[in-house]
Amino acid sequence: MLRWLIGGGREPQGLAEKSPLQTIGEEQTQNPYTELLVLKAHHDIVRFLVQLDEYRFASAGDDGIVVVWNAQTGEKLLELNGHSQKITALITFPSLEACEEKNQLILTTSADRTVILWDCDTGRQVRKVSCFQSTVKCLIVLQRLNVWLSGGNDLCVWNQKLDLLCKTSHLSDTGISALIEIPKNCVVAAVGKELIIFRLVAPTEESLEWNILEIKRLLDHQDNILSLVNVNDVSFVTGSHVGEMIIWDILDWTVQACECNFWDPSPQLDTQQEIKLCQKPNDISIHHFTWDEENVFAAVGRGLYVYNLHMKRVIACQKCAHDSNVLHIAKLPNRQLISCSEDGSVRIWELREKQQLAAEPVPTGFFNMWGFGRVNKQASQPVKKQQENAPPCSLELIGDLIGHSSSVEMFLYFEDHGLVTCSADHLIILWKNGERESGLRSLKLFQKLEENGDLYLAV
Amino acid sequence: MISAPDVVAFTKEEEYEEEPYNEPALPEEYSVPLFPFASQGANPWSKLSGAKFSRDFILISEFSEQVGPQPLLTIPNDTKVFGTFDLNYFSLRIMSVDYQASFVGHPPGSAYPKLNFVEDSKVVLGDSKEGAFAYVHHLTLYDLEARGFVRPFCMAYISADQHKIMQQFQELSAEFSKASECLKTGNRKAFAGELEKKLKDLDYTRTVLHTETEIQKKANDKGFYSSQAIEKANELASVEKSIIEHQDLLKQIRSYPHRKLKGSPLCSGETEHTQDQASQAATTSNPDESADPDLYTCRPAYTPKLIKAKSTKCFDKKLKTLEELCDTEYFTQTLAQLSHIEHMFRGDLCYLLTSQIDRELLKQQHITNFLFEDFAEVDDRVAEKEESAPPRPVPGRPPSRSLEECPIPQVLISVGSYKSSVESVPIKMEQELGDEYREAEVTEVSSFDPQENLDFLDTDMKGSISSGESIEVLGTEKSTPVLPKSDSQTSLTVPLSPQVVRSKAVSHRTISEDSIEVLSTCPSEALIPDDFKASYPSAINEEESYADDSEGAIHFQASVSPPELGEAEEGSLENPLSQIDSSCCIGKESDSLRVPLSTPAHTPSERDGVVSIPPQRCMQKDQGFHVDFAVENASPSRDNSSEGFPADELDPNRLLASRDASKTSLDNCSDTTSNMSSVASTSSDRTPSSAHPTGPSSERHKKRAGQNALKFIRQYPFAHPAIYSLLSGRTLVVLGEDEAIVRKLVTALSIFVPSHSRFAKPVKHWVSSPLHIMDFQKWKLIGLQRVASPAGAGTLHALSRYSRYTSVLDLDNKALRCPLYRGTLVPRLADHRTQIKRGSTYYLHVQSMLTQLCSKAFLYAFCHHLHLPAHDKETKEVVASRQASFLKLNLGLVNEDVKVVQYLAELLKLHYTQEAPGTSHPTLRFDYVPSFLYKI
Repeated sequence: MLRWLIGGGREPQGLAEKSPLQTIGEEQTQNPYTELLVLKAHHDIVRFLVQLDEYRFASAGDDGIVVVWNAQTGEKLLELNGHSQKITALITFPSLEACEEKNQLILTTSADRTVILWDCDTGRQVRKVSCFQSTVKCLIVLQRLNVWLSGGNDLCVWNQKLDLLCKTSHLSDTGISALIEIPKNCVVAAVGKELIIFRLVAPTEESLEWNILEIKRLLDHQDNILSLVNVNDVSFVTGSHVGEMIIWDILDWTVQACECNFWDPSPQLDTQQEIKLCQKPNDISIHHFTWDEENVFAAVGRGLYVYNLHMKRVIACQKCAHDSNVLHIAKLPNRQLISCSEDGSVRIWELREKQQLAAEPVPTGFFNMWGFGRVNKQASQPVKKQQENAPPCSLELIGDLIGHSSSVEMFLYFEDHGLVTCSADHLIILWKNGERESGLRSLKLFQKLEENGDLYLAV
Repeated sequence: MISAPDVVAFTKEEEYEEEPYNEPALPEEYSVPLFPFASQGANPWSKLSGAKFSRDFILISEFSEQVGPQPLLTIPNDTKVFGTFDLNYFSLRIMSVDYQASFVGHPPGSAYPKLNFVEDSKVVLGDSKEGAFAYVHHLTLYDLEARGFVRPFCMAYISADQHKIMQQFQELSAEFSKASECLKTGNRKAFAGELEKKLKDLDYTRTVLHTETEIQKKANDKGFYSSQAIEKANELASVEKSIIEHQDLLKQIRSYPHRKLKGSPLCSGETEHTQDQASQAATTSNPDESADPDLYTCRPAYTPKLIKAKSTKCFDKKLKTLEELCDTEYFTQTLAQLSHIEHMFRGDLCYLLTSQIDRELLKQQHITNFLFEDFAEVDDRVAEKEESAPPRPVPGRPPSRSLEECPIPQVLISVGSYKSSVESVPIKMEQELGDEYREAEVTEVSSFDPQENLDFLDTDMKGSISSGESIEVLGTEKSTPVLPKSDSQTSLTVPLSPQVVRSKAVSHRTISEDSIEVLSTCPSEALIPDDFKASYPSAINEEESYADDSEGAIHFQASVSPPELGEAEEGSLENPLSQIDSSCCIGKESDSLRVPLSTPAHTPSERDGVVSIPPQRCMQKDQGFHVDFAVENASPSRDNSSEGFPADELDPNRLLASRDASKTSLDNCSDTTSNMSSVASTSSDRTPSSAHPTGPSSERHKKRAGQNALKFIRQYPFAHPAIYSLLSGRTLVVLGEDEAIVRKLVTALSIFVPSHSRFAKPVKHWVSSPLHIMDFQKWKLIGLQRVASPAGAGTLHALSRYSRYTSVLDLDNKALRCPLYRGTLVPRLADHRTQIKRGSTYYLHVQSMLTQLCSKAFLYAFCHHLHLPAHDKETKEVVASRQASFLKLNLGLVNEDVKVVQYLAELLKLHYTQEAPGTSHPTLRFDYVPSFLYKI
């Protein structure tokens, strides 16, 4: 882009490398984010963002502090200092029923082996627990049972007053990497390659004690499980380091579908070079899932894949959505998908049906990857195979957000305030719709004028 | 057609600012004879060429009880400035018009000497022989060793331009009042300290005498006292009396209300705190001179001396210097204030007036002016104006408003109160002074050539010139009859009531001499702002009611004395300050006053705000006279650039430091913030007023910036899109290897950068590290170092990564990468074929264009229906289309110009809605638009 600047000298790597990465250029008419606000409070990698209510969010990261922000103004509301080491998990906590005031609470846990319950309205430490044997890596609140679970090397069950109810025996040294709730008072924990299903036993007339029982171990994954999410009422999905995605039945924990190598490069599609690239395990590890009613969206290595639950196959993909691993993805209501990556960029995609694509001018980046002729061939093949219509779709890049200078760890989408991204460059950026902000500022202006009595409306 | 490269060739002349100007070789027949005074550096329009001094200066004089009027010092303290001008003679002149009822002594009915806290008097006086006109500010300082405990001083602002003095009277008066207040504060402190010492001496003497008497008593118990003993007893009694007197004096000086002190802007409470620290520091260096840090308390270290019984005042005794009288700290502070005044009123009157109008207008634009105005320079001046000047009627309002403010009936009351203060004038005290003064005067007067005067006087003033003598007092501040404001001059002939006339005459007691005419006076407090006035206790301020009625205005009155009158009263010269004389001239004065005043010196209308001065008035006044508008003098920085700073600051250490700071910042054209901070760090710690060297320097800054901007526009055909980037809030990165060149261009282009707040422009002059997203949010113009080494690749990589937020101007390759611009606004702003040659002119051109733009943005931002639906049913689309049509049709904006106005409007909105403007950086706004590469 700025090659004239470098003037024929050494080209920086990012520019010199011929990548199959789809680019969009500077004209992005569909990208609504035309304003940004850089928020600076952290002094280490910011890893977690959590929405507190319609206008507030909290951020946390390796510097051990939690900061509460106003998503509209970007104002720093509170800084919560209490952890001495990096924060490993952050979760909103339902208000204590006993408590009169309905303050927003959050639960944080850190590598200093403590868990702190914070009041996000006052910045007060409500409670602190520091009797852990190991670092807690994940937290989950089971609201139905009014308990919360912490997963480290073992799994502990706590009540809302932060009393330990029961715990499992030592599970593994690597610890629990992910934890979800499934029906029948069960939770699924990902421990290394295994999925372990535990059942919580609430106190009854017979026994007043809480208990947690290991029900089943699922050993279908070949490698470490990196992601684990609930997809809908009937299934949950797991993804592993070597690119296996398994959809499980939520009730009987059986494999509904397994996609082990569908994103492995098919020899007839790709060049030798790409095979080499993609066969690095890192490139096919599944970092994150998101879902809607019909699709599961997977961040696989550098690419994005859309898996249709009904058709049980991938309906769209971008093998090289980013320059580097995709870390977090989210589905917006308007068929848009947002992804962020280690390369420091955030991209906005739109899921489009492919028929439209033929009519539209195809961006050049697309050809690099597929080749024009092959697209049609590939597109037509499934149609022939499967009679049930629903042609495969494509992910169209409609905009990218460039601001962070280092890996974007996570982002948070606010319907009303835009997008918040956090990054390893210690910054949080608030991306806003410039037009809407302008309108809001006008509104504020005239409100202030009216307050001052300076507003004269023409008759 | 002249294409851009041709223009570049012709713009070389712009270099003349830095290099000596080379005369273009013209054929003989085209050359114009040189202006005769050109060798002296004067311009043909300069009035100053007639006067004996090269430019305005400030003179401090004293009426010494030993040698009579004598000049003490001038500001600037440079012989070049006043040249051959006779300071001694002029001191005599200005000291001879002191109206102060300054007096210490035994008033009738009081047992002890009484200090009178007199107000300063302010007089305007002209010496047409010398071509000098002066604003004279008289003040009295206390000195225990002086006759009557008082030392009369005066400060005079001397200029060759009479209009300048007359029209800037209010400002001059306000500024000089500050200086005077500062001197007097220091003096009171020093005087109190001196009294303390004296009391200790007396106390000690009393003890000694007492013991001696006791010894004598014991020595002879014969029952009667020896003559020696009686003498001792008398001596003791006189010491006792002296103690009581001095105690009373001390009580009086201490009773000087603190509130009054606080009201003074220069010596306000906070300066006093710093004063304390400063004077403590000074105590260590020269413990003898500086007074005690604790106001009005004597140092415990003082060892009392025995006072001889007959301590007579001896004339060969060295009197205290001004510095000793006022406490070194206050003295230097005063000097700083005075040199500030000198800076402030430098240059031609029309320049001063224009800048005043400018400031007035700026104040009105308080919503939009933060965008492009340079507040680093304007701010402190404006702030000063706001606190010191009385509230002026808003320009543009009907003049009747000021009429309401000065109801005529109040005049009578105030006159009465004034009279009482006049009546306390002592006769005896000043007798000798008068004689001395007279001698001096007579000799001087004889050398006058009355004819010459005419040349230097205004047509308006003709009436008074006819006096044939060289000094005209054009105005003092006491006893102003309040004239109704009206544009017609005839309204000035309001018949004055006898009472008014009488008291007026009283105040004119010293001016009825042949050579001096008081044209008008007004109370000294007229120039003190209301809030300040309010804090004056009435016990001290007899003229309080006076001040009220003349609020907001000084009313000059036309000269009235017929020539014969002046000569006839030669005899009254004998006793210039006596009441007898003043009363004897009442009749004559009142006669003259009853004469309808047909030729007023000034129409009062100019008082209601500078802005309302009708332009034709100036023209009228200058008929048959020198042309006022001296182009060279219009920029007061000129003399700086030619001769550097003259040695006009008397405290070299301090002021040099601040000057250096501003100089260095000038030289490398460093960013405004660092400039401000460097000045602040050197001077603000003690006296905020001495930060003023920034004033002219930023003037020069502007000029340079304007010049370089002009050069940029002519050199680069793609200047328009670059300027558009700046105006629309897209960060422009100026990339280059040479720091000096980059800085220069950044400084030049910064005139186009809208500010986010009043405090600093979002401009970063030089960065060598890779840019970051924060930088684009913070800075809108960045000078970036290009490093050839591989390390520089990171910088370029970052630049290309963030290319969507920036326009990049590559100075080394003469290339620009930025979005397309097709508007009409920037071509008008930056026309490469412009006729403008001078940097300062171009700067002003840009300012005026940008002000127009601001008003458009203001209109756009503050029209309700453009942003919000007029009623509930309106959709967003309707509002958006209304917006678009407003921008296009009403504001006449095309294409990208819309974005400029929209950006400015956003800044306005943010600034207006922010609780504390300028505390946070606005969001980074950007567009996803393609960029293009321009190359020469």
